[in-house]
Amino acid sequence: MAVEKEPVLSPSKGSYTVKKGLAQMLKGGVIMDVVTPEHARIAEEAGACAVMALERVPADIRAAGGVARMADPTVIAAIMEAVSIPVMAKCRIGHFAEAQVLEALGVDFIDESEVLTPADEAHHIDKWPFKVPFVCGCRDLGEALRRIGEGAAMIRTKGEAGTGNIVEAVRHMRAVMDGIRRLHSLPKDELMAEAKALAAPYELVKEVHETGRLPVVNFAAGGVATPADAALMMQLGAEGVFVGSGIFKADDPEVRARAIVKAVTNYNDPQIVAQVSRGLGEAMRGLDIRTLSEEELLASRGW
Amino acid sequence: MTHIGVLALQGDFAEHIGIFQRLGIAAREVRHPQELADLDGLVIPGGESTTVTRLISEFALLEPLRERAQDGFPLWGTCAGMIVLAQRADELAWPTLSALAITVRRNAFGRQVDSFETDLTVPALGQQPFHAVFIRAPIVEEVGDGVEVLAKLEDGKAVAVRQANALATAFHPELTEDHRFHRYFVDMVRAHKDGKA
Repeated sequence: MAVEKEPVLSPSKGSYTVKKGLAQMLKGGVIMDVVTPEHARIAEEAGACAVMALERVPADIRAAGGVARMADPTVIAAIMEAVSIPVMAKCRIGHFAEAQVLEALGVDFIDESEVLTPADEAHHIDKWPFKVPFVCGCRDLGEALRRIGEGAAMIRTKGEAGTGNIVEAVRHMRAVMDGIRRLHSLPKDELMAEAKALAAPYELVKEVHETGRLPVVNFAAGGVATPADAALMMQLGAEGVFVGSGIFKADDPEVRARAIVKAVTNYNDPQIVAQVSRGLGEAMRGLDIRTLSEEELLASRGW
Repeated sequence: MTHIGVLALQGDFAEHIGIFQRLGIAAREVRHPQELADLDGLVIPGGESTTVTRLISEFALLEPLRERAQDGFPLWGTCAGMIVLAQRADELAWPTLSALAITVRRNAFGRQVDSFETDLTVPALGQQPFHAVFIRAPIVEEVGDGVEVLAKLEDGKAVAVRQANALATAFHPELTEDHRFHRYFVDMVRAHKDGKA
């Protein structure tokens, strides 16, 4: 008997298509870190396409020290209650039980994040069994493809969170884009050796070689503080921007949030970026990354 | 030559443009009122409806788009785009275009973990079912006079509607390889253009 492809009668939830699809809907947008329902409403009102629910923004995590964990579910639930846009939350690298808790809470996206203290120094979470999509940080193409191989539905640069300094995000975005261009131009018979050099799954290496792009959406994160920072990252190839401490550590969060949203939409129009950059008040103070010790760097967490 | 614009304020506009290009149609990004001038039709893509409606007002696109909608200018909204075209949407702070006499409920299926894929029967596209991807999708709760329902879920909820030259789908044809909805819209745009000529 011939096997016919039957129509899907019952809807299927949590497929990789719907997980990657939510990231596609966030493109051209700004995802803002928030710590209270009030922040979340300000972010939504300003035009954020999603919020990241946290107990502390990265700059405060950096200042507080100690072990940084998943936020209290009460905080996350209150933020989910406050807004209609997607709500993301962070779990520790490798801490799949925190991820299970976040999925049970019904968050829309999980960030397996180096901003929190890693729970596993060898393995990231196997993200395939989850219905909720994951975003992960990366510093280069190999790291991006390893995370995608584990099931990440979205990638972001690590940058150096909580510094208000864009230099690391630029380094990471350039590394990813250079890696893609290089892979795209390689002859096919060199792909296996390249997969070995990148420490990345061969199938994904082959896919990037063929398409000339990552198989998932790629955002910038880690150090965005101004509309011009956001425009810079978009022009370097980011498909959207995370702003962590940059908004609610600035003088006037509402005005700055609106300005960064407009700058991302019009990243190729310097007139508009100039116009929205006027009268924003003080940006967050920021840190020179060269003054940080090795242990204070968050981007080196993750493997 | 048919010129289709895709509103590029936020969302998956690049996916729509890619499909139109594969169909041999010139499609381009639209962010400002002056970019509407020589267009024959406009797609409002998936994205976040609060973000997109805010930016439509902020970049002075609301009135020009409303005027065109009233003149029968072809418009197609997918997911957030359906919300933008609707007459009424729940708890939305910014105005919509009122191009379609429908009331929509946002995030009608729940949160992201409830996003799903399913096959739909769409008689206007032929017998072959259309594989539809719903992501934090809206639903059409009320349909006014003159609105044709093109597709429903098994429970009877309308998920694709058309009224004159305004088309809306609660799902994302731009995320699949089946381009029949894109061709359907191109036909609408061409019919409208020929009718005017």
